[in-house]
Amino acid sequence: MKLLVCISKTPDTTTRIAFTDNHTKFNADKVQYIINPYDEWYALVRAIELKEKNLARQITLINVGGSDNDAIIRKAFAIGGDDAVRIDAEPDDAYFVANEIANYARNEKYDIIFLGKETIDYNGSQVGGMVAGFLNTPFISLASKLELNGDSATIERDIAGGKEIIEVKTPFVVSCAKGMAEQRIPNMRGIMAARTKQIKVIPPSSKEKMTSVKYYELPVQKAGCKLVSSDHPEELVRLLHEEAKVI
Amino acid sequence: MSVLVYVEATDGKFRKQAFEAVTYGAKVAALLGVQTHALCIDEVNDEELKSLSDYGANTVWFVKSQHLNFFDPLVIADVITQAESQTDSDVLVLVQNFDGRAVAPILAAKLKAGLVSGAVALPVIEGNSFLVKKNVFSGKAYAFYEMHSPKKIIALTSNTIAPEKTSSNVVLKEFHPKINERDFKLTVKEVVKTSGTVSLADAEIVVSGGRGLKGPENWGMIEEMAKILGAATACSRPVADVHWRPHSEHVGQTGLTVRPNLYIAIGISGAIQHLAGVNGSKVMVVINKDPEAPFFKAADYGIVGDAFEVVPKLNEELKKMKAGTTG
Repeated sequence: MKLLVCISKTPDTTTRIAFTDNHTKFNADKVQYIINPYDEWYALVRAIELKEKNLARQITLINVGGSDNDAIIRKAFAIGGDDAVRIDAEPDDAYFVANEIANYARNEKYDIIFLGKETIDYNGSQVGGMVAGFLNTPFISLASKLELNGDSATIERDIAGGKEIIEVKTPFVVSCAKGMAEQRIPNMRGIMAARTKQIKVIPPSSKEKMTSVKYYELPVQKAGCKLVSSDHPEELVRLLHEEAKVI
Repeated sequence: MSVLVYVEATDGKFRKQAFEAVTYGAKVAALLGVQTHALCIDEVNDEELKSLSDYGANTVWFVKSQHLNFFDPLVIADVITQAESQTDSDVLVLVQNFDGRAVAPILAAKLKAGLVSGAVALPVIEGNSFLVKKNVFSGKAYAFYEMHSPKKIIALTSNTIAPEKTSSNVVLKEFHPKINERDFKLTVKEVVKTSGTVSLADAEIVVSGGRGLKGPENWGMIEEMAKILGAATACSRPVADVHWRPHSEHVGQTGLTVRPNLYIAIGISGAIQHLAGVNGSKVMVVINKDPEAPFFKAADYGIVGDAFEVVPKLNEELKKMKAGTTG
């Protein structure tokens, strides 16, 4: 079984979000970049677990981005993964990114394509479904559990107020959420091995982009928290009813 | 050219999300000067279907046979593609819920369409420019997306727009999608429901508890407050991790994102990952005994105090207020 894990680069969770050029560009100055946590903790680690159980033969990582992305690919290598492909292009539109991944995957015939449920920067939750759409393979979104039995998988998927248990045959695309696996810290052997693993760099195969960010806006700062004495909860009720008008 | 809104029904009934989506679609259609179509492929009676027109749908498309008895996003996207072609629609509106998140991107790939997932406002349309606002950086900023493609898909965040009744003449039309048995590539074996009566994603008020509540046996007062307010209950990640509450109630970065009108956080410190899932709420209230809890910086109203003393008193006051406003 051949697995493809899509990894994306995102600013660290604690990044202070700011913009430049009249709010048209994200201010990347001093930003610490990480592997998108959903891609790393859930998608990549679950793929590695399947390989450790001898249920998969090979794990390939794929990323769309410039050469500065090699650092996060090496980090992913340290956790696991056999080889990697980087499509050398700016990942600024989900349709473009998904099309690139699908075009690469189409020839390689992966059994399962893993990715996180969304990236923590643009929160699109788009690439997985689009890859499945381009390849016309089943898509299981928001999966919290995946077990393999031959070429058949049993997957738990989050739904409104509960979960759904699905059976599907490979090939398919799965977007991974909390529960799928646990974060792993790379060990020294992994870090050493990561240095010599191959990153294949290929040019993009398409040009089409469907969306672009025209400008950003920061949320209006809250006026500050109005504190009510714990002896007077009726005052909170009054404020919510008369001032905020939400109850 | 027209606007097509895809809506889902639960047990034969539309929920608020559906009416919000139709209201939104009708407003986009008004901006473009075109008609609004609504499509529902679930089993729903005529009365319920007609209710969509109250929110501005000119034509409501329904499917009589071939109800899909389980969710396969690839098949649903295919059916919507067929409806898009039949209605000559250029703008498609879906709900950014569990199912919409799976269907909308497949649809975008199939239709060569741009997609903005999680829209939080009506589009700004000027000439050829079509701008849609969405949350980015986990609620820490907004981005305005320019949609360049002729076909456009918008997946709407719940509680973005209030359902608005208009008078519209209803036309019900039967839609005959072509569905092949072999199109179904996955099978749903089992559905497990774990949550309470009010749907968390739809809820206008959410009462949420954290580790400060010390144990699952203390959730009675949270549930009581939710009952008084007609609210949904939620929890923070540590609470779901130790199974005090089901995972389906977990809001925050790794859980569900909610944006109710009122979010009441009880015994939740307000870590950045938790706030990422709730900071779209219109009004936030925090009750915490630690005055240094980060939630006080994000909230609109707060009480510094022990939840076990404050919440029961607050529930009594809420009951009094409710009795006063309803009777």
